Amino acid sequence: MSDTTQSGPVLAADGTPLKRSLARALRMQKIRALMLVAPLLLFVLITFILPIGDMLFRSVENQIVSDTLPRTVVALREWDANSGEAPDEAVYAALAEDLKIAAAAKLHTRVGSRLNYEKPGISSMFRKAGRKVKKWDVENGGPFKEQFIAIHEGWGDPDAWRTIQTYSPNFTNGYFLNAADLQKGAEGAEWRPEDEQIYWVLFKRTMFMSMVITISCIILAYPVAWILANLPARSANMLMILVLLPFWTSLLVRTSAWKVMLQQQGVINETLVWLGLVADESRLVMINNQFGTIVAMTHILLPFMILPMYSVMQTIQPTYLRAAKSLGATNWTAFWRVYFPQSVPGIGAGSILVFILSIGYYITPELVGGTKGVFISNRIAFHISSSLNWGLAAALGAILLAVVLVLYWAYDKIVGIDNVKLG
Amino acid sequence: MKLTKLSALVATTAMCAPMAMAQDMANEMTIVSWGGSYSASQKNAYHDPYTAKTGVKIINDESSAEAVAKIRAMNEAGNVTWDVVDVVASDAMRLCDEGLAEEIDHDAVLAAAPDGTSASEDFGNLIVSECFVPQIVYSTTFGYRTDLVGDTAPTSVCDIFDLEAYPGKRSLQKRPIDNMEWALYCDGVAKEDIYDVLGTAEGVAQGLAKLDTIKDQVVWWTAGAETPQLLADGEVVMGSTFNGRLFSAIAEQNQPIGMLWDMQSFDLDGWIIPAGLSPERKARALDYLNFATDTQRLADQAKYISYGPARASSAPLVGKHAELGIEMAPHMPTDPANATNVHTYDYEWWADNRDDLDAKFQAWLAK
Repeated sequence: MSDTTQSGPVLAADGTPLKRSLARALRMQKIRALMLVAPLLLFVLITFILPIGDMLFRSVENQIVSDTLPRTVVALREWDANSGEAPDEAVYAALAEDLKIAAAAKLHTRVGSRLNYEKPGISSMFRKAGRKVKKWDVENGGPFKEQFIAIHEGWGDPDAWRTIQTYSPNFTNGYFLNAADLQKGAEGAEWRPEDEQIYWVLFKRTMFMSMVITISCIILAYPVAWILANLPARSANMLMILVLLPFWTSLLVRTSAWKVMLQQQGVINETLVWLGLVADESRLVMINNQFGTIVAMTHILLPFMILPMYSVMQTIQPTYLRAAKSLGATNWTAFWRVYFPQSVPGIGAGSILVFILSIGYYITPELVGGTKGVFISNRIAFHISSSLNWGLAAALGAILLAVVLVLYWAYDKIVGIDNVKLG
Repeated sequence: MKLTKLSALVATTAMCAPMAMAQDMANEMTIVSWGGSYSASQKNAYHDPYTAKTGVKIINDESSAEAVAKIRAMNEAGNVTWDVVDVVASDAMRLCDEGLAEEIDHDAVLAAAPDGTSASEDFGNLIVSECFVPQIVYSTTFGYRTDLVGDTAPTSVCDIFDLEAYPGKRSLQKRPIDNMEWALYCDGVAKEDIYDVLGTAEGVAQGLAKLDTIKDQVVWWTAGAETPQLLADGEVVMGSTFNGRLFSAIAEQNQPIGMLWDMQSFDLDGWIIPAGLSPERKARALDYLNFATDTQRLADQAKYISYGPARASSAPLVGKHAELGIEMAPHMPTDPANATNVHTYDYEWWADNRDDLDAKFQAWLAK
């Protein structure tokens, strides 16, 4: 093969240089591959990334005030919130003009409900004022200050005006402050009054309980997965169905079943009383508290731990264990030094699945958690579906997402994400 | 933003248009309600007769519990698929404030009473929002296990707070509304002063302190079906729920449950029309409301469920239960014998203070 020492480019069959021909072929392949995944890529982008981005954006968005009350916002810039006095007539005149337009478009109550999240009472100030202002002559009907205060005394309250001023910029960090039990005070962020602090408690509780649930899943799932992996295929399949059956059963059914089991007149308590282990008047309280949530959620999430563990354990050669034993290891040493390290990727995968699923759970905690067993997601659900404070819900969701990403990063640093295997 | 402006424009044009003729109406509509026996009563009393009269196909959706959030999402997406929605009065106010529900001219849209009284007079002060057409009066009140409360059955709402006379667990709804009022009332605050007291920080602390005395004996519920179940299981000795739920547990299922009407908390449930419907669909929705909330129809619903009709003129027409054959009037929250001491909650006050008090209440619960 003396040709290779010749100078000049190597040519392909059609006479073009081989390098260029190869590059073209590779490019074609890449485009073809991209075209193949394009539907999925678009699908994920449109149905996943965009909505989540839109929802997260709400946590800082605050255009509603300056959009609805443009003149008032400008007039209010000059006013000193710490003066202790309500703003002067010019602001009220601007407000009258803004409100008349807003009321005609029925937008005034929206600003009212937006600001009511920050200061209770503003909602009815706007509702009542809008009704009256519709009939006013904003050019010659002034002065308006007294008229506004006559409609609702709140309009004379400097605190209400401070709220409007504070929330007039297009973007706000108010929702995030609120989500961290803070509020905007006279001098920047300050703690909310103690009787309103709740989110820190819930974030900490969510993290703590999710970890407890993950750990109890590991403890329960490991032996089950081991048995599944080491039984002959026929009986293993039989057991597998037993693992999967609850997995296929409705979440609500399983949660309600736990209610029946755990409540004070429930199956477990009745049995214990019948056996004489527990006195009738001191039945165990096992539901509507943290214990209930942990038990029910461990059961519900168990398959997510068993399945990855099982598929990893199946790939571990039994010959390794035999080899260890033949070299003189005890049963425990053989397990701990040879088998266990090989099963760690399964534990890792299962733990990530269970942990991330459990911090987002809210149906089960709502049903069996009572007051001490509810998660942050229960508050997010409340703000989405009941209080309609989507900004706050988005801020809480964003914090939760950030916490998950940080934990994932920490997991990668400590255990290494390459060490996670689903099979 | 563009979409909302557009839908607002469509809504205003629809409002200005004269009442459309029958041929301009959609011939299919989606009605959203709470499901269960409540939806069944509406189907029997309103939907089936309306379909028989007009041939319109009615699709039932049981999403009222999430209605507020879903209507907002639909409105933002510019695709409102619901025509008439059954919501509680406070939700109707919220939807109206957010511009998500259509304002309704009650006298122009709704039928007058048989004696000619205008609709707005017939409904009276139950029209708590411009967007709201009242349908029923229900109440949140207490039921107790007749066999677990000893020889003297509870007669006052304050017996809930009396752990000595009535030991055992009680169930309360997991929200500040009603519970705070009952707590203050039982702590000696006069009924007419409740909201003045509750408006102050000390008042909130006082109410929570009263609830603190029973906190570790309370099972908190979120769905109306929970209390009847807890009572039936003997998990609680007494608990609050909607009066219709207690009626069916007592009269239909023969459970050993008694009813406590003292300080029952009146609330309203009714219809709203979501904003942003096409003119044909809106005309159909208004026509349906005119039919379904007339005097006879409202009285008919009481044959199937023990909630009081919202029209004054319907009360005398309330008859017997369709299957059990018992007189329904004595089971209505509005019956004079039951309504000797009632609590009517202040919608405007709660609309202003709900979020604030809810935060405090949840913080208290988590402690």
